[in-house]
Amino acid sequence: MASTFAESGADLELVGVSKRFPGFTAIEELDLMIPAGSFFALLGPSGCGKTTTLRLIAGLEDPTSGQILIGGNDVTHVKTYRRPVNTVFQSYALFPHMSIIDNVAFGLKRRKIDNAMGLAHEALRLVELDHLAQRRPASLSGGQQQRVALARAVVNRPALLLLDEPLGALDLKLRRQMQIELKDIQDDVGLTFLHVTHDQEEAMTMADTIAVMNKGRIEQMGAPEELYELPKTAFVANFLGQSNLFSGPVVAGAGDTIVVDVAGRKIATPTERAQRHSGEVTIGVRPEKLTVHAKEPAAKAGVNMLGPGRVNDVSFSGVSTQYQIGIPGVGNIVAFAQNMGFGPAVHDGAEVWVTWNVEHGFGLADDPADLRRFDPDDDTRSIALQQRQRLEAELGKA
Amino acid sequence: MSNSVTATRPAPKRAPFRLGVGKWGLGAYSILALVFLLIPIAYTIVFSFNDVRRTNIVWRGFTFDNWLNICDQPEVCVAFGNSILVGGAATIAATTLGTAMAIALVRYRFKFRAATTLLLFLPMATPEVVLGAGLAAQFLSAGIPKGLLTIIIAHTMFCISFVVVTVRARVASLDPALEEAGRDLYASPGQVFWRITFPLLLPGIIAAALLSFALSFDDFIITNFNSGAAVTFPKYVYTAAARGIPAQANVIASAVFFAAIVLVVVSQLSAAARRKKLAKSG
Amino acid sequence: MAFGAFAGTPATVTEPAVRRRSPVALFLLLPGAFYLLLFFLVPLFSLILTSLQAPREFGDIGQYDYAFKWENYVTVIETYWPVIIRSFGYAATATFFALIIGYPLAYFIGVKLRRFPLWQALALTLVIAPFFISFLLRTLAWKQIFSDEGVVVGALQALSLMAPGDYITGTPFSVIFGLTYNFIPFMTLPIYTSLERLDLRYVEAGGDLYASPTSTFLRVTVPLSLPGVISGTLLTFIPAAGDYINASRDFLGSTDTVMIGNVIEANFLVLQNFPAAAALSIVLMAAILVLVSIYVRRSGTEDLL
Repeated sequence: MASTFAESGADLELVGVSKRFPGFTAIEELDLMIPAGSFFALLGPSGCGKTTTLRLIAGLEDPTSGQILIGGNDVTHVKTYRRPVNTVFQSYALFPHMSIIDNVAFGLKRRKIDNAMGLAHEALRLVELDHLAQRRPASLSGGQQQRVALARAVVNRPALLLLDEPLGALDLKLRRQMQIELKDIQDDVGLTFLHVTHDQEEAMTMADTIAVMNKGRIEQMGAPEELYELPKTAFVANFLGQSNLFSGPVVAGAGDTIVVDVAGRKIATPTERAQRHSGEVTIGVRPEKLTVHAKEPAAKAGVNMLGPGRVNDVSFSGVSTQYQIGIPGVGNIVAFAQNMGFGPAVHDGAEVWVTWNVEHGFGLADDPADLRRFDPDDDTRSIALQQRQRLEAELGKA
Repeated sequence: MSNSVTATRPAPKRAPFRLGVGKWGLGAYSILALVFLLIPIAYTIVFSFNDVRRTNIVWRGFTFDNWLNICDQPEVCVAFGNSILVGGAATIAATTLGTAMAIALVRYRFKFRAATTLLLFLPMATPEVVLGAGLAAQFLSAGIPKGLLTIIIAHTMFCISFVVVTVRARVASLDPALEEAGRDLYASPGQVFWRITFPLLLPGIIAAALLSFALSFDDFIITNFNSGAAVTFPKYVYTAAARGIPAQANVIASAVFFAAIVLVVVSQLSAAARRKKLAKSG
Repeated sequence: MAFGAFAGTPATVTEPAVRRRSPVALFLLLPGAFYLLLFFLVPLFSLILTSLQAPREFGDIGQYDYAFKWENYVTVIETYWPVIIRSFGYAATATFFALIIGYPLAYFIGVKLRRFPLWQALALTLVIAPFFISFLLRTLAWKQIFSDEGVVVGALQALSLMAPGDYITGTPFSVIFGLTYNFIPFMTLPIYTSLERLDLRYVEAGGDLYASPTSTFLRVTVPLSLPGVISGTLLTFIPAAGDYINASRDFLGSTDTVMIGNVIEANFLVLQNFPAAAALSIVLMAAILVLVSIYVRRSGTEDLL
């Protein structure tokens, strides 16, 4: 298998894969199917098991149980160096004692492929670095090293290319540029890409399909728009962008909408966009779907309204303005408004109402009882911050 | 060593701290210390050119004779040859055993880890007399005759710990992702070791080997307990000290010194050149 | 440089997060561990056994039988306690002077010469240069420099700083002088290694926080170089306490300056009184282990080893 070039990408299938380390479980019964030729992103906070998943697929770790199939062949117990899989490592892992060209040709030579040097130069041309072929990795910039690492993996034409947060070490501008280049290269060579990242924006712009991972399980999988517009769990709703979430009992569930009683107010959500249709449920809406009103609007069919509330905070970010609005009995909600006029439309302390179209709402699968109240600003960054604070607290104790 | 506190705080961009005693005090002190370190070396080298009559204690004039006729004193040459042989054998054995242990200590989990670390540390913390006497007592009770072999065994023993300490630092600074990348790129475990791990550890291994050789070559105390009739260079110097050292011993010591200095200077210059090249191309 | 190995090197040794269990580990570990067991640990035990031996009845000199004659320890301590005290006194004094010379030197090379890499490399080479020339010949060179006909004695006598009949070699001064000289590199290198890594921003922060240069040095630089100082003092004190070259009659010593190493050597290699030599070795080793562990504990860096 490893002795020939893959004609094109191959399907990857994980069947009931678990990985336990002494003391903790990294992955629990994971099932995953990645179709050939797709650009698939595994997205999640650090420690969610995404890197372990990648290492299992590459063969750098052995699963505790379950099966890994590439192109229909079981590779669960195939050694790393015999798998038709290549990895672009987070740290690039370029061999410091070899020239760039020797790095790129390394895999081809191990497989005794003819014209290894010619193919390696070709791969370097693809990433526009052939002029640096004789240099040592240490003399290259971060972005150049990243491209060499990519060429070194792509040149082997693996059935599956694994990318382990390869853009993490780059600054924002270079990262954007590399995202575009990576996507172009994937289009060119038509391999199956599996990209692991904690950067939701990176996943959204690059991947055809995203799987959001949390605590060793996949929370939800789908196209970026689908995940964003119709998150099924509170974790996804808050990890991908921001969400306003409300909990309450379903008071009317007939027909196209379910109606939830949120602190005495009736909020409707389309039945087909809700995962649970009775009992206590959590529903939500994205902040940019909200409209902020300075006067109480007239009630309209097909529109949810909350208010009056008070603006706690206004932060102006150029393109849009973010309002924090405290609504008695409901809590804080966040609204984004495009800056159609000049500057914010309402100011700190103003009394406001918010409305949104019923069709923009979504209902989550989580049981509200299990759900801690997510703050509206519970995005990647604050998760990381919380994690760090928790760690620091633990360290402080120890 | 008192620091003057009289100076006002220096401007922030300049070195904001200063060991007092004036600006040059520390430098002068250090240069004096270096000169002090070099005095007996210079003395030894100078007296290798002495035109010796009976003893090589008083300066009698400059000559190259000692350098040209090193083996006029056959015992010196034999002792030197033995030292090279012992040093080479002990270096090879200690470097092989120690490198393997260093890799195991950094990379693997196993029982008795703390015990192993202690076993490696203790020989470095034990006075040489004790090491020497212990081994000698052992050879005595086991009835093993002392000779070159027992010297090699002894030297290998005390070099292992130094090899492990030196190589371990190198192994620990080696990014495990590099070996994973090798496996990922179709290299078998053997190829990963010889093409990636070993070349990257090589500077550490060479440093450890040089250190071993230097320790072995200059060891006297442990050798003295375990050599029997065999004579190494330091042992020759020790036994000859009472009746006067021939100038040929100075010649050999000086030659070794020059060779070592050349080695160090060449390696440092080439490292500097590499850095410069890297900086230029980067 | 390999001599970095002499310092405790916490900064460069980063342990990987996950170590694997594998039979490969045993394959790598066992040969070396077995070697040390056989040629280090077993000899230590056989030294203990030897130290308890009794002379063979009607046997020749050098013939002993296994017994449990712990009185050997009483005998050697009663006989040689002044030598034991002297050895540790000489070693401690030499360690002190080596520190006085080595610390400023290490500071100069590691901190002041940092901006001049070539000079730094040259100075470092000079520090290790003594390693490249025979230890014994270096010591003999001092003997000859200090000899009664030598330059130093002549000059001092000419300046009337020394009485005509006085001498230097064979005195405690010359033995301590030799010990100090021989172990300066062992003191300097570990201190250099820890100072070389010292981040000067800490020192700048000290200045920024209103510490005078002196108190910055005492409160920032010295504590940060402490691991090096501890390695250096151990690397000097331990071998110095067991050394017998400097104190030997043919080198810088005399019968008045006998150290424990000389006694062990004489008993083992000349008098063939193996039990006495072994008992003294065990006493030396035990005393060093006790002193070192107190020292290491009090300086609060047990993780050094």
